[in-house]
Amino acid sequence: MVTTPSTNDIAFVRRDMLPQQSAPASSKGIVAWLRESLFSSIPYTILTLFCIYVLYVIIPPIVSFLITNAVWSGTDRAVCATQVQGGTQPDGWFGACWAYVGDYANQFIYGRYPDEEQWRVNIVGLMFFGGLAPLLIPSAPFKRENILFMTIVFPIATLILLTGGHFSVGGLYVPLAIITVLGLVLAFMFAKLSDSDPIPRVRAVAIFFAALFVLLFILGFDFGLEEVETEVWGGLLVTLVIAVTGIAASLPLGIALALGRRSALPIVRFFSIVFIEFWRGVPLITVLFMSSVMLPLFLPEGVTFDKLLRALIGVALFSSAYMAEVVRGGLQALPKGQYEGAMALGLNWGQMMRMIILPQALKLVIPGIVNTFIGLFKDTTLVLIIGLFDFLGQIQSSFSDPTWSSPVQAMSGYAFAALTYWVFCFAMSRYSMFMERKLDTGHKR
Amino acid sequence: MAVSEAPPSGPQSADTGAPKVALLNNPEIRGWLFQIILAVLIAYLALQGWMNMNANLQAAGIASGWAFMGNNAGFAISQSLIEYSQASSTYGRVYIVGLLNTIAVAFVGIILATIIGFIVGVARLSKNWLVSRLATVYVESLRNVPLLLQIFIWYFGVLRLLPQPRDGFDFGPLGLLNNRGYFAPKPVWGEGAGYAFYAFIIGCVVAWAIGRWAYRRQMQTGQTFPSFLVGLGIIVFLPLVVFLAMGAPLTWDIPEMGGFRPRGGMTIIPEYIAMLVALSTYTASFIAEIVRAGILAVNRGQTEAANALGLRSGPTLRLVIVPQAMRIIIPPLTSQYLNLTKNSSLAVAIAYPELTSVFAGTALNQTGQAVEIILLTMLTYLAISLLTSLFMNWYNNRVALVER
Amino acid sequence: MKKLMLSSVLGVAALAIAGSASSAATLDDVKAKGFVQCGVSQGLPGFSNPDADGNWSGLDVDFCRAVAAAIFGDGDAVKFTPLSAKERFTALQSGETDLLSRNTTWTMSRDTQLGLNFAGVNYYDGQGFMIRTEMGINSALELSGASICTNTGTTTELNVADYFRANNMEYELVAFEKADEVVAAYDAGRCDVYTTDASGLYAQRLKLTNPGEHKVLPEIISKEPLGPVVRQGDDQWFNIVKWVHIATVNAEELGITSANVDEMMGGDNPSVKRLLGVEGEFGAGIGLENDWAAKVIKAVGNYGEIFDRNVGPDTPLGIARGVNALWTKGGLMYGPPIR
Repeated sequence: MVTTPSTNDIAFVRRDMLPQQSAPASSKGIVAWLRESLFSSIPYTILTLFCIYVLYVIIPPIVSFLITNAVWSGTDRAVCATQVQGGTQPDGWFGACWAYVGDYANQFIYGRYPDEEQWRVNIVGLMFFGGLAPLLIPSAPFKRENILFMTIVFPIATLILLTGGHFSVGGLYVPLAIITVLGLVLAFMFAKLSDSDPIPRVRAVAIFFAALFVLLFILGFDFGLEEVETEVWGGLLVTLVIAVTGIAASLPLGIALALGRRSALPIVRFFSIVFIEFWRGVPLITVLFMSSVMLPLFLPEGVTFDKLLRALIGVALFSSAYMAEVVRGGLQALPKGQYEGAMALGLNWGQMMRMIILPQALKLVIPGIVNTFIGLFKDTTLVLIIGLFDFLGQIQSSFSDPTWSSPVQAMSGYAFAALTYWVFCFAMSRYSMFMERKLDTGHKR
Repeated sequence: MAVSEAPPSGPQSADTGAPKVALLNNPEIRGWLFQIILAVLIAYLALQGWMNMNANLQAAGIASGWAFMGNNAGFAISQSLIEYSQASSTYGRVYIVGLLNTIAVAFVGIILATIIGFIVGVARLSKNWLVSRLATVYVESLRNVPLLLQIFIWYFGVLRLLPQPRDGFDFGPLGLLNNRGYFAPKPVWGEGAGYAFYAFIIGCVVAWAIGRWAYRRQMQTGQTFPSFLVGLGIIVFLPLVVFLAMGAPLTWDIPEMGGFRPRGGMTIIPEYIAMLVALSTYTASFIAEIVRAGILAVNRGQTEAANALGLRSGPTLRLVIVPQAMRIIIPPLTSQYLNLTKNSSLAVAIAYPELTSVFAGTALNQTGQAVEIILLTMLTYLAISLLTSLFMNWYNNRVALVER
Repeated sequence: MKKLMLSSVLGVAALAIAGSASSAATLDDVKAKGFVQCGVSQGLPGFSNPDADGNWSGLDVDFCRAVAAAIFGDGDAVKFTPLSAKERFTALQSGETDLLSRNTTWTMSRDTQLGLNFAGVNYYDGQGFMIRTEMGINSALELSGASICTNTGTTTELNVADYFRANNMEYELVAFEKADEVVAAYDAGRCDVYTTDASGLYAQRLKLTNPGEHKVLPEIISKEPLGPVVRQGDDQWFNIVKWVHIATVNAEELGITSANVDEMMGGDNPSVKRLLGVEGEFGAGIGLENDWAAKVIKAVGNYGEIFDRNVGPDTPLGIARGVNALWTKGGLMYGPPIR
């Protein structure tokens, strides 16, 4: 520019760009972020300061209770009590007694399940999480085999491992044989009456009953495992048994109810609606009371139920109503064209549901199922009111142990329980959100 | 199904009355057959259960029926909204006391949960980083911990921190707080206080009328009128003026420390406080999520359009966003209200004397009438649930109509 | 559809496995399954309490063991069902348990209206009050206006109502579902007073943070005869349970202990011989072998031994025999003769 003076000196045309300058200090980096998100206006500033104050009030006591003042090792209450209370801590000390939680950890997980038999619980746990993890990861292979394992092998193995198996099923073979014959005859007659070939029908029924015989044999077989009654089960074991059984039993029942509620058959629809609305309208605790004090009266003289089984029945009926509504949501979300397409192909109702509708609808409601499971997992705590020892119940019952009794014992136990439940539920809710995003294809605006 | 030689069955062949189609292949007949089998099965199970129950009750020598409702209960209840005396009150009375206590905790809990839930839900969407983070932490930590555990923590944890009555907090005219509960001053209305109450009702009616009038005028002429402030003024000042004119006929019964616990005033027992706090904070965490989702579901274009019309952010929220969000919020909100009501039955764990605790608990134990009492309790909750959903459906329909 | 059927059939099968059909004779049932199913409390030190390994001990538990020993000669042929106050009668009525030994008060309505029979009294109790020593109260009559914690569904709730009404005193009742919750609430200071059976007060005091700061008031406001309960309508079983208790009482009176029972069998005292089955055919009358009582004593000892082991002065509970002493020592334990 300087080298080429020309006639019109006053004109100034910039030929090259100025180097880019960095943004003003007030609009970038930490300062800008602070300004933008914390102090953008006077009310915001006040709000921010208020929040900081709240944090200042809440955080230090929590940290001091859970970590800095907590006791991590010890053998009895002395380490968790102040001198006035007969312990070793200075006056005014207030911290969690993790030593007590550690001492009881085994009981919190297994309840009073005998020590030498706890490997059985461990195997069940391994099978459960090992089988579940690949199912939950959408890209993992062998889904079909895995589902078969989880729906057939796992429940039977769990039942036998946890209880010890060797059920007295001897008296069931004869009635089952009678029912088998009846079933075969009925299948044959049904096929004849509907003008179709009886062989496939009869064969299907025969396979079904053969499977039942095998199941009965396995249940009655003596594997040499020592019997462990459900009375000694407790802790996380019972929590998971109730929650998993509840959800597993409620899924088929819920699907049936959801289909029933949308059925064109008036009687079926009526019963489904009444069933669903009844269980959804009453609190779980009254259901548990019902199963613990009322259900025994409805059974024939001399027939009794295990206490845990009674609670399981109550939980399963209760959650199946909720499950039905979740599944119904999935059924309603499917476009009508799917139904019409299936019918146009000449599929009957069963085929349509099995091959077209349910696979799509169930996939859609996976997040809903997970959320129902989270709710059920939290609700299992209610069984402690009817005297079963779930995780929370086991923790609560340990409060009466004089070895560890101190003013911080209950708070430590509850804090431990809260953290454990939180970890489980939070992880599951994140998974549910992940699936929701994954399944939500093409509906985004 | 492999069909060997039978012709494909279909509606046409049925219409023409072709005899080839087997009866069982008619979908209508199949449907009815299936339904009849189902109905018979259910009826059989119900009958079987009923007969078993009667046989068992008879074998055990337990009298069934509702006669026990008239018997004297003979136990005390720590909180009662109506007259209840252990000397003469019946089990029927116990039922009503329990029901009222359930309603007392559920009703106040619903109001509190809604307020907290809306605040937290809006806070989660705040542009203030700290506020939205705090709201997230609140939601995630409360809704992922079982309610029963939270009730225990509030009751046994917080109760331990409160002092004995003798060294309790004394707020002077505001009452006393200790581990026996909060002892609030009780208003004692004097002569003429009724007029102030009537004035309050009249104020409400007038305020409503003004609101209607202002709305209609705005619709016709476009002129606005500060009907909210004026209405509020009328509701507040009219009774106040009447009250002062009558010579302020109100005294307060302020609780004082007695031998074991404070005397006089109104007692709010710690069980109630623990239940209320636990229920409302827990449910609020779900309501917050519902509110957030509802607001997010309103199309951004709505906000932009409102801004383009020149509305400030307050009116935008109040007049544009919230009415649309409400349509999405109300159905799940209803089920949260129902959950809260049903969850109030967890009070049985901390001895708050609501329906499940005193009726399905104590009364059941005293009388042994398990079937009647559990059934009545369940049906009561069912009725509450159905009534609440009826009301919310009605409200929902109204909101939906206003929108369209 | 097929899946549905499968699940329903499985459900029915599960019912059949879980349920075990029983006939009217409880003894035959018990012999067939090889153990006595005994309903006990969910944890009351001294009466029925599980330790950290799940082994039950206590006065009520020992009674269950005694019945098992009488039938099988083995005090361990018994399984325990922990029951809440609410469930206990239903569990017995429905046949879930063969015997209820759960510090249950014998009252007329329970005996006559619930289809149950009380087989005797194995602990004479009465309802008492526990307070904090620092309150400086020495009599229950000074408790007007107090807050009282107790269990729901027990006779204690009604007794306390009667007592305060009779003495014209005010009170606030806070009633919990589970004993542990009552203790926790009392310990937290929610109540001034904790009321239950006096034995229970001593037992629960062990669970308090500082047991030494609490005392039991001298007033006993009710009669609480605690005893084992069976279903109505099976007289043989009723007799077995009744006489097992009587045998332990008579054994103490005759000086038979678990240590010297074999020695005593060889003695000359005809009463001892009849009790231990050396003479007579008394076992046959209740469907058991003649040495049933000897098996009971060998397994759990006589009543005095049971008492001292579980609740007596040398245990943490430290309860004196009092009215539970033998009638020869000024107590109420009086066993009808075996002859």
